[in-house]
Amino acid sequence: MSKIPLQFRHNGRDVAIFVDGGTNLLVALRELIGDMTPKFGCGQGGCGTCGVLIDGELHLSCLTLAESVAGRSVETLDGMKQGPNLHPLQRAFADNFAAQCGYCTPGMLMAAKALLDRNPSPSRDEVIEAISGNICRCTGYEPIINAILAAAGGRVSA
Amino acid sequence: MAVTVKTFASASEAAGALSLDRTARYLGGGTLVMRALNEGDVSISTVVRAQDQALTRIDASGPRITLGAGVTFARVLAERDLAFLHAPARSIGGPAVRNMGTVGGNLFAPNPYGDFTVALLALDATVAVQGGFGSRDIPIEEFLQARERQAGTLVLSVSCTRPASSETFRYRKIARIKPKGGSVITLAAHLPISGGRIAGARIALGSMAPTQIRARAAERALEGRSLDAATIAVAASAATEGTSPSDNALGSAWYRREIVGVHLRRLLSGQD
Repeated sequence: MSKIPLQFRHNGRDVAIFVDGGTNLLVALRELIGDMTPKFGCGQGGCGTCGVLIDGELHLSCLTLAESVAGRSVETLDGMKQGPNLHPLQRAFADNFAAQCGYCTPGMLMAAKALLDRNPSPSRDEVIEAISGNICRCTGYEPIINAILAAAGGRVSA
Repeated sequence: MAVTVKTFASASEAAGALSLDRTARYLGGGTLVMRALNEGDVSISTVVRAQDQALTRIDASGPRITLGAGVTFARVLAERDLAFLHAPARSIGGPAVRNMGTVGGNLFAPNPYGDFTVALLALDATVAVQGGFGSRDIPIEEFLQARERQAGTLVLSVSCTRPASSETFRYRKIARIKPKGGSVITLAAHLPISGGRIAGARIALGSMAPTQIRARAAERALEGRSLDAATIAVAASAATEGTSPSDNALGSAWYRREIVGVHLRRLLSGQD
């Protein structure tokens, strides 16, 4: 079966790859582009760790047909840091011990970025809602919620 | 395994392709079909897509609203004129799933999903489908009863009449994980009032049968009566009639039968 040519913007850079029919965006990013930041978790839409922004909107890359992003902009965690400097969300995750095993962290950060990009000062409930599609089995969520609020300059509970 | 992906500019071309190849699956938001591919479903050899703007159109200005099959739950939530559908839309997935999952796809979502369809069933929605020989409108109840035989057709849109007030349409999803999670049971009730009495009650249940169903015995108990405690008690006790729930990881069939009347009573009483 012939490969399908695919071009899109990956973290601000144009990329061109060939994909098999039915390939999902997560596989395209990890295996064809070499961006290992989005993780494979459940493959069902239940865990959120493959989360990426497509044209600024949070999507699950494992449930996205790769060729559906032709000509669109895809942002992953790999594009979040600014040169040698961590993004404020990454800094806040480190400072607030919001990453433990780290597997959920890429999806959590992308979900948090999707929130803060459109709502720079969210309430605690809005943060909880924003990460409600992301499963973390280590932290109990509280440090993650606090980190996102800290990055937003919001209130951080003790 | 690689599959053949056929992308069409118009919905009618996509419908034509589906009618010619009954094993082809239509790819909407991806939350069902991509999941099946990830799980290695070898029955899918061809995936059909359409990039037709008509499939993502929302007409919410008048008394009867129409949602293109490709409208996502995030877009339903962004539409102020669709406030009566916000509770069911919000009860689905997290933000990413709501950015992807569509109204049309939800019609095919198996238990413990398909919550939006429960709301549409209570609202007596109409499903517009296109086969190889043109389009037709099907009452949602009939559509759901024949859901497994819908191969070869494409859902174009769903429409329903806007409820008269927020009191006349009610929705409740019972999940173990808040604010998201699969449904233990889902309930929706449309209770139009005429002269102080209920006229045309429709109650829909999710996860109480292989597809979303109406609770007809409970509807009969409400019809022509005022929504008082005695009427609500009779309707609640009739909630299990005609249901055939299954066991799954979220709850047993026995548990679902035990709680459906309790939650119907709370829904009809306006309790949280």
